[in-house]
Amino acid sequence: MTVFIIRRVVQSLLVLFATSVLVFIGIYAIGNPIDIMIPADASAVEREAAIQALGLDRPLIAQYWSFLVDALQGDLGRSFVFNQPAVGLIFQRLPATLELAFVALAIALILGIPLGLIAGLRPKSVADETIMTGSILGFSLPNFWQGMMLIMIFSIWLGWLPSSGRGETGEIFGVTTSLASLDGLKHLILPATNLALFKLSLVIRLTRTGVRETMPLDFIKFARAKGLSERRIVSVHVMKNIMIPIVTVVGMEFGSVIAFAVVTETIFAWPGIGKLLIDSITVLDRPVVVAYLLVVVTMFIVINLLVDIVYSMLDPRIRLGDGQ
Amino acid sequence: MIAAVLKLNDNQAFWARSLRGILESPKATIGLVACLFLILAAAFGPYLVPQNPYDLAAIDFFDARLPPMSESMNGTLYLLGTDGQGRDMLSAMVYGLRTSMGVGLFAGVVALGVGTALGLAAAYFGGRIDTLIMRLVDLMLGFPTILVALMLLALLGQGVWKVVLALVIVQWAQFARAVRAAALVERGKEYVEAAASLGLSKPRILFGHMLPNCLPPIIVIGTLQIANAISAEATLSFLGIGLPITEPSLGLLIANGYQTLLSGQYWISVYPGLLLLALVFSINIVGDRLREVLNPRLAER
Repeated sequence: MTVFIIRRVVQSLLVLFATSVLVFIGIYAIGNPIDIMIPADASAVEREAAIQALGLDRPLIAQYWSFLVDALQGDLGRSFVFNQPAVGLIFQRLPATLELAFVALAIALILGIPLGLIAGLRPKSVADETIMTGSILGFSLPNFWQGMMLIMIFSIWLGWLPSSGRGETGEIFGVTTSLASLDGLKHLILPATNLALFKLSLVIRLTRTGVRETMPLDFIKFARAKGLSERRIVSVHVMKNIMIPIVTVVGMEFGSVIAFAVVTETIFAWPGIGKLLIDSITVLDRPVVVAYLLVVVTMFIVINLLVDIVYSMLDPRIRLGDGQ
Repeated sequence: MIAAVLKLNDNQAFWARSLRGILESPKATIGLVACLFLILAAAFGPYLVPQNPYDLAAIDFFDARLPPMSESMNGTLYLLGTDGQGRDMLSAMVYGLRTSMGVGLFAGVVALGVGTALGLAAAYFGGRIDTLIMRLVDLMLGFPTILVALMLLALLGQGVWKVVLALVIVQWAQFARAVRAAALVERGKEYVEAAASLGLSKPRILFGHMLPNCLPPIIVIGTLQIANAISAEATLSFLGIGLPITEPSLGLLIANGYQTLLSGQYWISVYPGLLLLALVFSINIVGDRLREVLNPRLAER
């Protein structure tokens, strides 16, 4: 067990190191760091001074070393636009993105599990066919266009919900959130739905497969023989079994929700890290781009590592498989 | 010789089985017909539509933002309206379809080639090469595709070839994993042993004999990945980091309509979006059916 964890931690550190090298090469070797780090309106003398000050005349290896040392101390440069540390900016915006992602996942689970149950309990029925075709439609829908259609229908035609921004936030148990006020909730509905629809199909499919695999098993037959009601069999015995894979996959998909939040935040002007990334790319605020990439990749590596470790505790076959 | 004949028959049976599987399902048949229609539209559409939307002489700025079914100054009908520059939406969409489909197909096929070659190599050579390739695959699949594509394009900048490169980088791993799994099963079969004892060269066994038998998973993943590539390209272009404005794909057309949507001019983004949806949906329907037909593990259920 300990050996497995140590090996996975070392692997994760290697991935993180490789990413930092890639990002460094992308910014410093392929791109022109002088254009990236120095404002375009600087004079020739200022440029020379800045190149000296930033150490861009030194060999690449030496530059990478100081980049790494700074990065490990949480210093990834200052944003040109906001004139504050880039990492700080990311952490300021992160709560808004996390809130959006959590609410979206919750919506996907609340809608997806019942739909998957209906489809899985009556395979080949009209309801099953409709739900499954709908789920293909769901993952074919380009997320950004679907968001625009939500705005068109619910904000412009019907005028029910606001189309952009985060609205008023309040505090629940010391956490600043939109869930605390009606205005905040109204602002949250459309973006969260947009992001949820993207994962809804996955939850439906997972649930359906789980139900179809569980129903023929002996313990279900036994429960029926015992005279349990069909409702109790499904809601207690089947659910308990299919929740494990659903929770695992959804946990692992959390990262991709964060990544797709870039699209949602851009459409709904949601003030999270995704919108910050796109804005920063547009105005060439590269320190923020670098900070986003490294922070998000670190987040991912940590999530993957935790999922692996938890899973290896639950299922010993995984760590045995890795050793072979 | 016998091996060659068997292989040919197997292949014919494979294509026949795929096609029959699709035609047996009305839904998949509609999907296939829609795919073929869209391919034809992309190939020949530019010769049929009323306007070349990127010929500045052909567009008239006074015709900007006309609703669907309006007529231009000189009497041509704008079936789906015009955009902010006065381009006929239908014409712009046909040109956009061509770009979107071209980029998606090309990226999908290159990813298929790269992934298949690496997957076969991993299965055939085993040992360190296998470990190295599969570690890379695990690494790639650990990150969501859109995030990696975003990262790459944030570093590289816009451009058709950069988008293709990013799509290939995020997609090859799926193919490699599936092909390796299929090839490992094939490697243990007798025909491979027979071919080896006949003294055939390794590349010939690998590409001539094992590859055709690994086709089902490659075809299924290939279909679904082309749909993914088209969708991803549209998303990246919408975000402004995909294709440049000189190569307007459906994603860019939709992005153009984003500003005017809020003032009620819905057609500029709704119609290209519907076309994109129809394209991705019909490919996915066909791919989903192919997975049911060709995947023996699913067929048992």
